[in-house]
Amino acid sequence: MNKISSIKDLQQISKNIRVNIIKMLAEAGSGHLGGSLGLADVFACLYFNILNHNSENPEWADRDRLILSIGHVAPVLYASLAEAGYFPKEELLTLRKLNSRLQGHPGRDHGLPGLELSAGSLGQGLSVAVGIALAAKSDKKDWRIYTIHGDGELQEGSIWEAAMSAAHYHLDNITALIDRNFCQIDGRTSDVMELEPLADKWKSFGWEVINCNGNNIQEILDAYSKAKTIKEKPSVIIAQTLMGKGISSIENDYHWHGKAPSKEEAENFIKQLMK
Amino acid sequence: MKTYTYTDLKDTRSGFGEGLLEAGRKNPNIVALCADLIGSMKMDAFVAEFPERFIQVGIAEANMIGIAAGLTIGGKIPFTGTFANFSTGRVYDQIRQSVAYSQKNVKICASHAGLTLGEDGATHQILEDIGLMKMLPNMVVINTCDFSQTKAATIAIADYNGPVYLRFGRPKVPDFTPKDQIFEIGKAIMLNEGKDVSIFATGHLVWTAIEAGAILAEKGIDAEIINIHTIKPLDREAVLKSAAKTRCVVTAEEHQMNGGLGDSIAQLLSREMPTPLEMVAVDDKFGESGIPEDLMVKYGLSTPDIVNAVMRAIVRK
Ligand SMILES: [Mg+2]
Repeated sequence: MNKISSIKDLQQISKNIRVNIIKMLAEAGSGHLGGSLGLADVFACLYFNILNHNSENPEWADRDRLILSIGHVAPVLYASLAEAGYFPKEELLTLRKLNSRLQGHPGRDHGLPGLELSAGSLGQGLSVAVGIALAAKSDKKDWRIYTIHGDGELQEGSIWEAAMSAAHYHLDNITALIDRNFCQIDGRTSDVMELEPLADKWKSFGWEVINCNGNNIQEILDAYSKAKTIKEKPSVIIAQTLMGKGISSIENDYHWHGKAPSKEEAENFIKQLMK
Repeated sequence: MKTYTYTDLKDTRSGFGEGLLEAGRKNPNIVALCADLIGSMKMDAFVAEFPERFIQVGIAEANMIGIAAGLTIGGKIPFTGTFANFSTGRVYDQIRQSVAYSQKNVKICASHAGLTLGEDGATHQILEDIGLMKMLPNMVVINTCDFSQTKAATIAIADYNGPVYLRFGRPKVPDFTPKDQIFEIGKAIMLNEGKDVSIFATGHLVWTAIEAGAILAEKGIDAEIINIHTIKPLDREAVLKSAAKTRCVVTAEEHQMNGGLGDSIAQLLSREMPTPLEMVAVDDKFGESGIPEDLMVKYGLSTPDIVNAVMRAIVRK
């Protein structure tokens, strides 16, 4: 894939991704809008700048691997894959419908190109990344492994099993990213189950911690470039995002974690985005 | 009744250890993982010969399954090793989503299954694992009967592309499978042709079924004995053919009645060819501490239990 480095162009791509997320969720009538919109900038950077990948040859052996550990933000993954040419954009409107390759949560059993792993039940993606990274190291391959996690997801204990093992095996080919939006289904993460001091937790597990504004393209790119320079240990980007980013009327409102817009709302949201 | 002899009592887990080493020598893509049980799993030889292809994950089984799934994305063929309880119940969701639903070529190898684990008691004596694993779409489920069969199965699953659950055990048991017997996934093994009753056995209960066959022969009952090492996919043809001939069936396994081999065969027969069927299995109970032989008697999995089940089945013809 040709890499796009213009901030303006990447911003336009993240806007396209957001519009498609809104359209597909409105058409599906259910799904997770808030986190999907919040991650659109990260995904635009990944698929159009960071990742070495090839939509014409999704199984290319030397591709970077992206593991989405939080399957509920499937819409941002699907919209990004379509934007990158893995399948036609019209297919996005089949989300959550019978016989679709676009399952409510990503399922490898349904033949969607570009999907490495099924995800939905939380806390599994980082372990899988450790396995991929070990395989890459043993074959002396320099392709990299990227994972996407929610902040609420870090309440799953298996994440910390994986974190321990990634540091133990010095897996500097892993860059995890945490969507730090301080929200989860039942409310603010600090009310549901406190995660802070989050950076200290990762540091104490042997990880390099990089902070960034996850809704700022330049900061995201810088964070990923920095991660590539870290040797002998894995790195984690704590990306502060706004749930629902781009639609001011719903930003930072955890009620939009698991909701889809009505068709009317969708029209209004897209108008807000275009402003 | 055909006579079966053996020279050695050997544990099935050692068959796994030898099979893993041999498979590893054949295919450089094979890697092994263990969760702090290398010695119990008999993986020492593989670890010694291929230290760079072995991954110690510590006491973190959920992580081990995820790592195994990831290794397949990097082109490896991972074999995970831990006790059957920690290989299934503890990590069911990881297997379901990251392995089975993700179509990953992971071999989940599980020792210390069933009551014959013995003195450690019910926390470790899993009797539900076959059921858990056979319910998962895409999953192959194998329960081997002795050292040589476990070794052959370990080698065979390396060449099969897809998730496999391989179940074996702790104690030393008669090693009667011919050393050169090729293991064919999904292909039942006829141990004794008979006409009066079909005994379908799996795992350690295969030898028990052979012992029962000899006692039945003395009583003038000609038992057909079939080793069902692959519970899924079930060798439907072998089961239906035998049941059609004998018209009554006994199943035998070191597992709960719910969800085990008997349950699979009952499902097949009741749909295709309703046949009187008796099950030798644990009847909805947890195990307890004790020596394996005593446990098998107390929980109804001993040779006389198979003989009695045959008598009940024949009466129902
Ligand atoms: Mg969150």
